[in-house]
Amino acid sequence: MLDLRLYMAQRLSAMVMIPLTLGHLAVMIYAMRGGLTGGEILARTQGSLFWFLFYGTFVAAVSVHGAIGLRVIVHETFGTRGRALMLLTWGSCLVLFLMGARAVLAVTLA
Amino acid sequence: MEAAENTLEVSVWRGGEDGEYQTFQVPAQENQTILDVVSWIQQYADPTLTYRFACRVGMCGSCAMMVNGKPRWTCRTHVKKATEGADKIEIAPLRNLPVIKDLAADMDPFFDKWVKAGAVHHPTRTRDDAIETITPDEPGRVEAAKAIECINCSVCYAGCDTVANNPDYLGPAALQRAWTLYNDAKDADRQAILDNVSGVGGCHNCHTQGSCTMYCPNELDPLSAIAGLKRVTAQNFFKRKG
Amino acid sequence: MIRPHRTHPLWYAYMAHRLSGLALVLFLPAHFYVLGLALTDMAAFDGFMTFASHPLVKLAEFGLVFLLAIHIFGGLRLLALEFLPWSAPQKTLAAATVAVAFLLSGTFFLQAV
Repeated sequence: MLDLRLYMAQRLSAMVMIPLTLGHLAVMIYAMRGGLTGGEILARTQGSLFWFLFYGTFVAAVSVHGAIGLRVIVHETFGTRGRALMLLTWGSCLVLFLMGARAVLAVTLA
Repeated sequence: MEAAENTLEVSVWRGGEDGEYQTFQVPAQENQTILDVVSWIQQYADPTLTYRFACRVGMCGSCAMMVNGKPRWTCRTHVKKATEGADKIEIAPLRNLPVIKDLAADMDPFFDKWVKAGAVHHPTRTRDDAIETITPDEPGRVEAAKAIECINCSVCYAGCDTVANNPDYLGPAALQRAWTLYNDAKDADRQAILDNVSGVGGCHNCHTQGSCTMYCPNELDPLSAIAGLKRVTAQNFFKRKG
Repeated sequence: MIRPHRTHPLWYAYMAHRLSGLALVLFLPAHFYVLGLALTDMAAFDGFMTFASHPLVKLAEFGLVFLLAIHIFGGLRLLALEFLPWSAPQKTLAAATVAVAFLLSGTFFLQAV
């Protein structure tokens, strides 16, 4: 259930996330050395414009990418189409974006 | 015991969508194709068995069936190759298509999508003009040549799980045909071809499972053809916006 | 035994990509929720961090990092296939996806324990 527009949104968001995901993986492996505390995470990220933009972009891209992926899986598994499928796509995009935005604000704004 | 060793146990689909398998004992031969087995059943065991074939040499594309779960052209598939060590043969009509009766699948949806993919030539010249010369080593011609041996047997269509899960999806054969025509220098409206494969059931639904390329009896590569369509439509997406 | 048409590497690669993607998209809201705790309830956030140092949770985290790595390298393979005409070594690339994902998540796991 993908036309050209959705396909492009899926591939472009994927391309945006490639460096972000690799960065995220690297940060995780680095940060996990010798245990992890909430204070450590926040000390690194709070008040940092860089991490705000890094994770802000990440959240925007993953909302688009995840919603379209979910749409394809639901359509191909349950045969959902039309308005229900559109609602699911936009609904999941919105939930991911709002929850993600809240998380980004929580860890980057002091 | 001697007789049992020289007999194949063959389960054949009987009836329509809600039919069932019927088992036959068929004499085994050293050289024997799946189509030979089906023909033996029809001629010596049950004349009411319905199936489809024409050329028997892998040219017409009418005898494809599911053999032990895989789509095959039955006239060119040896029993030994199809069984892959299993001790029985299971023959069913092609997957992803309605069943008419027994081993005959209704090919209409397959050919309807062929038309829907817009695989229609848009001429650049009239019959009064001289024929345009295309040299065999032009890049577009080389790309087009990869797929012109398609015999419309629907093996790729039957093997594709995206077709199974998404009834709108045009499928590998129709999309590969569109890619071939797109690479034809003599086509006057390539954008129309791209528009036809960019809709709801178009090439962008492909999940690169690769069963089409894996099972194509003529060893064509619809997977790469569909990737080509994705690449060109993506490039055009920006050109048309800009 | 009859082996159906699906039993080949590229089909498995497709299914791995689909399942890892589905798991990740379902995990994300929980991930976001926990990070959001830092905004409203710092004690609960710290409490979660203590919970996260449990070995079983570490194992689950290894799984998540593995899924993420599977999905990103499988995705890179798809982008290469679709946008660069790299069609020949697809099976090798699919296998490399799994190998690199194991390597990365294994490194993560060793750092974590």
